[in-house]
Amino acid sequence: MGAGQPNSGGSGEPGPVRLLGDGVAALMAVLRAAGREVIGPTVRDGAIVLRPLKRPDDLPRGWHDRQEAGLYRLDWEDRPTRFAHAAPAQGWKRVLHPPEACVGTAYRGGIASSAEGADAGPDGPCWAAPEASPPLRAFFGVRPCDLAALSVLDGILANPAAGYHDPAYARRRRDTLVVAADCASPAATCFCAGMGTGPGVGDSGFDVALTELVEGDAAVYLARAGSPAGAALLEAVEHRPASDAERAAATDQTVRATKAQTRALPADPRAILARATEHRHWADVAARCLACGTCTLACPTCFCATVEDATSLDGVTAARTRRWSSCFTEAFSYIHGGAVRGTRGARYRQWITHKLSAWYDQFGTSGCVGCGRCVTWCPVGIDITAEVAALSETRPSHRRRGPARRPVDGSATPRRRKDDPPAP
Amino acid sequence: MDAAAAAALADRLTETAAAARLPASLTEGDPWRPRPFRIDRWRRDLSDTFTVDLVPLDGPPLTFAPGQFNMLYVHGAGEVPISISGDPDQPERLVHTTRAVGQVTNAMKALRVGDTLGVRGPFGTPWPVEAAFGHDVVIVAGGIGLAPLRPLIHAVLARRERFGTVVLLYGARTPEDILYRAAVTAWRGRFDMSVHVTVDRATGRWSGPIGMVTKLIARGGFDARDTMAYVCGPEVMMRHAAQALIDKGVAAERLFLSMERNMKCAIGLCGHCQWGADFVCKDGPVFRYDRVAARLAQAEV
Amino acid sequence: MVPMQDMDDLLNAHPFFAGLSPRLLEELAGCARNERFDAGDYLFQEGGVADRFYILRHGQVAVEVKAPHAGAVVLETLHTDDTLGWSWLVPPHHWTFDARAVTLVRAVSLDGVCLRGKMETDHELGFHLLSRFVPVMGERLRAARLQMLDLYAPPGLTPPA
Repeated sequence: MGAGQPNSGGSGEPGPVRLLGDGVAALMAVLRAAGREVIGPTVRDGAIVLRPLKRPDDLPRGWHDRQEAGLYRLDWEDRPTRFAHAAPAQGWKRVLHPPEACVGTAYRGGIASSAEGADAGPDGPCWAAPEASPPLRAFFGVRPCDLAALSVLDGILANPAAGYHDPAYARRRRDTLVVAADCASPAATCFCAGMGTGPGVGDSGFDVALTELVEGDAAVYLARAGSPAGAALLEAVEHRPASDAERAAATDQTVRATKAQTRALPADPRAILARATEHRHWADVAARCLACGTCTLACPTCFCATVEDATSLDGVTAARTRRWSSCFTEAFSYIHGGAVRGTRGARYRQWITHKLSAWYDQFGTSGCVGCGRCVTWCPVGIDITAEVAALSETRPSHRRRGPARRPVDGSATPRRRKDDPPAP
Repeated sequence: MDAAAAAALADRLTETAAAARLPASLTEGDPWRPRPFRIDRWRRDLSDTFTVDLVPLDGPPLTFAPGQFNMLYVHGAGEVPISISGDPDQPERLVHTTRAVGQVTNAMKALRVGDTLGVRGPFGTPWPVEAAFGHDVVIVAGGIGLAPLRPLIHAVLARRERFGTVVLLYGARTPEDILYRAAVTAWRGRFDMSVHVTVDRATGRWSGPIGMVTKLIARGGFDARDTMAYVCGPEVMMRHAAQALIDKGVAAERLFLSMERNMKCAIGLCGHCQWGADFVCKDGPVFRYDRVAARLAQAEV
Repeated sequence: MVPMQDMDDLLNAHPFFAGLSPRLLEELAGCARNERFDAGDYLFQEGGVADRFYILRHGQVAVEVKAPHAGAVVLETLHTDDTLGWSWLVPPHHWTFDARAVTLVRAVSLDGVCLRGKMETDHELGFHLLSRFVPVMGERLRAARLQMLDLYAPPGLTPPA
């Protein structure tokens, strides 16, 4: 979303500024004074989640997360950092594309199931759209992977070039300011560096970008504006130009966060998946996958939804509610007679192929931003990076009996298999 | 920050943010709003299949192209995608043929003349009609697959002189399951169209062919090398019919079929109807065979 | 009786025999004769001796089976240019179904005993005849399998995949 050019703010100051005093507290105060609901990371039920923030102390000061495949733990140390965590448990789609939202209400008489007993005639009300004005919001401390996810969601639900869009999403998006924050502490599940989405905030997609640095026993903040609105915000808080040393510290921090990442998707997953449509590995994933759909809920770009109907007791009004839905459920692909994708292997194939391949055809980008949530929150630790690696294996992963094939180099010696007995 | 400064900042944030972010067109409109239509005519076609003629209660008729579909909403029961079955040159009557197989379609079956339905649409890609100008036309239908093809037959017959030979090959379950029997009989009586109907099973009273519709294709009656073919029916039938047409010599890029998948929004935003990289609701339902042949052969896509 | 030369031409014109050499056509013609059935006539009946096969020149034939309470159930119909019957190739050479003329049917029948005798010694003839029968059998099997699926049945009645 064209949120303006970097440093195009009206402050006239090129490059980042150093916020004076407790810059984060000042920025939050300004946003709240300007009527914005501030939503950001906070600790709830043993995880960092995104919730409305009333005061700076709501931020997860001193908390950092440990994330592994199928594991999430929070630890606390007496440290001044507020953003020393990786991807929060949920993405921002929870706010912009809520799990449940009324899309409208139908009135009997307008669109009635029966003319008999109709309350309103054909001229009466038939359909009421929900409230059109969402609250004014500011997203605070958005991680670079989630910034990329916002851009992905925009490309699907609010794309001016597409034939259709979701006006309710577009209104929420329009009324949301974005304060991003560089990521200095990636988790073991993170692979944003390989996806090109982090760990540093890029040049666009935000109003203000923060960098949290530790000086002695205090956290200090650099900030840059990414839009005229961001520039207006920074004008309202005390700051000075950032020093060369401070800029260098910010760059070093991002380099360290890049190097700290160990996971990555193999290069060109599209080609791997295109070759792997009938791969034996799907059965292997299916044996582990619980088809619970947690990955699709945790994923910041999974946008699929269904619509459900509920009628009032008197039968007059019928609400239509859009709810998140998951391609891991049997009902997702149901057409009369049964589900198109009846097996877990087929559903996992659909999810990962959509995310990493079809997404490019549909929306011109990857559906994966490298946040690692699906890896962390999968109850059995299915790891998208490892699965793609296994799918790139051209030799079937399933152990086979049978005559050894000639090696691809054409030599006469059959290639040894792991399960072959050792050579005499 | 004092109150006046805060208010000024709030205004500035709203203005600059709104201007920088989204074209106003994106925040307007209501893609979920159904238009109310009144059922003007209701008739039973088969034991589980019925046809409604709808007229709009709130404005102009809904114009459509052959092969497109609407989302039909039954108050409180829900919404279902149903192909349009009427004559595209007579849009003032919106005709839908539906098989009662689920909650919504059964609720729809219980409606009668005078009742209202909600309509969103039309959606999806049409059967290409003009592309067949100057060529033979072969229309292959299986079961209720004749319903989405009927607007195409209307469109072709309305411009009959633009086409070469026109052939309808129709496979039904039994002679009692022949959809639009009166129309099929009338088409059969025309001198400028050949109609062949085969059934899967029949008693001795049926004197027509018995067997798969693919056998009708093999029997020919059209210039396969100069033919546009349109196929609609169950997926298995379409796969075999397409192969029979190819075997006969019809070019894969002149062969079109209409797919069915679960649809909830019909505007490519809910994700349900994905088939490979395509959203059947907006990239289909009508697809060119050569573009989907590989995917069609794959299970559980 | 059709003169032998005419029978050659007649067989040559039929798609089933397309591409056969004049020598093989002549061998086949030696076992062939023209037949005609009125509507309702049986070309053969279940259990009868399968001593020939037919190539249909004109008309429609119903392949059917008699079932208790159901009368004759038609399994498929065959039409102009179709080939009918292969039980003559498979011991014990008995027809497995009935074949009834639905309309006036003109056909050429080929004598199975005569052909089997020639195929025993003339392997080229045997090869060419079998390589024409196998695709026909394959096509019938495919059609039967698709029919078995009952593709147009209401969803509840569709056999589970």
